[in-house]
Amino acid sequence: MPQTSAAETATGATEDTAFEIAVSTRNISKNFGEVEALNDLSLEFPLGQLTSLLGPSGCGKTTLLKIIAGLLEPTSGEVEVNGQKVTGPGPDRAFVFQDFALLPWASVIRNVAFGLELRGVARSEREAVAEDYIRQVGLSGFENAYPHELSGGMRQRVGLARALAVDAEVLLMDEPFSAVDEQTRRKFQEDLLGLVQDQKKTFIFVTHSIEEAVYVSDQVAILLPRPSRVSEIIRPSSFRGKGVDNIRRDPEYLDIVDEIWTSLRRYVE
Amino acid sequence: MTLLGYRLPGMSSLIIWGLLWEAVGQSGLTFFIPPLSEVVATLFSVIGTDAFQKALAETAYAFCVGVLSAICIGIPTGILMGKNRLVDELLLPWVNVFLSAPLTALVPVLMVLFGFGMRAIIITTTLFAIWIIILNARAGVKQINRSLVDMARSFGATPMDAFFKVYLWAALPEILGGIRIGIIRAVKGVIIGQLLISIVGFGALFELYAANFLMGHFWAVLIVLFALAFTISEILAYLERKVSYYAAKR
Repeated sequence: MPQTSAAETATGATEDTAFEIAVSTRNISKNFGEVEALNDLSLEFPLGQLTSLLGPSGCGKTTLLKIIAGLLEPTSGEVEVNGQKVTGPGPDRAFVFQDFALLPWASVIRNVAFGLELRGVARSEREAVAEDYIRQVGLSGFENAYPHELSGGMRQRVGLARALAVDAEVLLMDEPFSAVDEQTRRKFQEDLLGLVQDQKKTFIFVTHSIEEAVYVSDQVAILLPRPSRVSEIIRPSSFRGKGVDNIRRDPEYLDIVDEIWTSLRRYVE
Repeated sequence: MTLLGYRLPGMSSLIIWGLLWEAVGQSGLTFFIPPLSEVVATLFSVIGTDAFQKALAETAYAFCVGVLSAICIGIPTGILMGKNRLVDELLLPWVNVFLSAPLTALVPVLMVLFGFGMRAIIITTTLFAIWIIILNARAGVKQINRSLVDMARSFGATPMDAFFKVYLWAALPEILGGIRIGIIRAVKGVIIGQLLISIVGFGALFELYAANFLMGHFWAVLIVLFALAFTISEILAYLERKVSYYAAKR
């Protein structure tokens, strides 16, 4: 069976020691008042790979991402990035937001360069870097446009370029493609695969789409709610090298999507 | 509006009211209302006088200093209230009380505290303008998109950077709205202050004209003040619309 041989599933996070770990979360708990968002969650993210956090709404995947980003403080437990304990936001991590979070009063180039601007990089230097990334995400010619003049997909390209421009080792993406249309989303997913290959960065990707998670990920962590926990870690293996066009009809891809749906189905009302 | 196929320019209804005024004035119904033509003639002669120009300069000074302090104190206070729960809890009741309070009643107290001069008038002006500026800046900061705040933090913005590069701009449409209403209130404040204290600026002028039954002069100065207040408000509304254009697209 392709499913059992190709997709290794593990209940713990430390099963696979073959990868260098870029980010690890240890025994993270997070309460919002009475509500327990995360409970004793441990997970490791291999260097240079894309890990998806997938789960039904309310399972705490965005909360976990924000804790890794340093935007939220865990009630207990700790996050390490490259062996360094996380105490707040840092230059080793960059965030891509679901709603893009662009400055509406600033041009594309200023938005892309904003992370560098906050770090005190000189204007000419940061704009040169920004121009480079604007070209890489395919927005050449829109440097001086304003966010409201762009489509949703183009805005997220700006958000992505901004995150890439600060050259962080870890990219945190919070449902980055959920606010763009289906065709743009597919293009984004294909581009993301190329990005993971080229950039040698660690990607942590929150999504609620099973197909998207399986399509883009080296490792899918399935989070379940009440109590919030990592129920499974799935590593798709056989279809990664077959080219973007063949993934969606690969038997392993289809099996994994099916398997995940089976385990998530009962959490959907 | 169109009349008999002609498109009427804005505010042409004022002509009708002007004519009505002229008619009542000409009929000699009351000494209180001189004909509009006489008022306008007086207006031009009054504008040239030293007394008027001195009053205008004093009023402008009190107004500018008052508004400027209201803006400089009000915006940071409002932003701080929007960002900090504790400050908000401490100040919000007072801001709301003063916003709706009849501040005119406070002027005599201010006179006792700050003397009968310019200082009391400036403080009156500030007190009229500042509360709505604070409230609007606070509201502007409160509506800032949560992820914009997260964005600034995650890219390592210092509190100063976050304030000047994100919060201030994101709240700008609301802040400008507050400044516009604040300035309109300041116009009232500066005049009320002068009328009650009545030894400087237009207050002194009104006092002088009213005491001598110079109704033409009285109306002329009043028209100038109304026109000034209206012009200031329109300029601000125009600026606000230009900013809101971007704000609406966010």
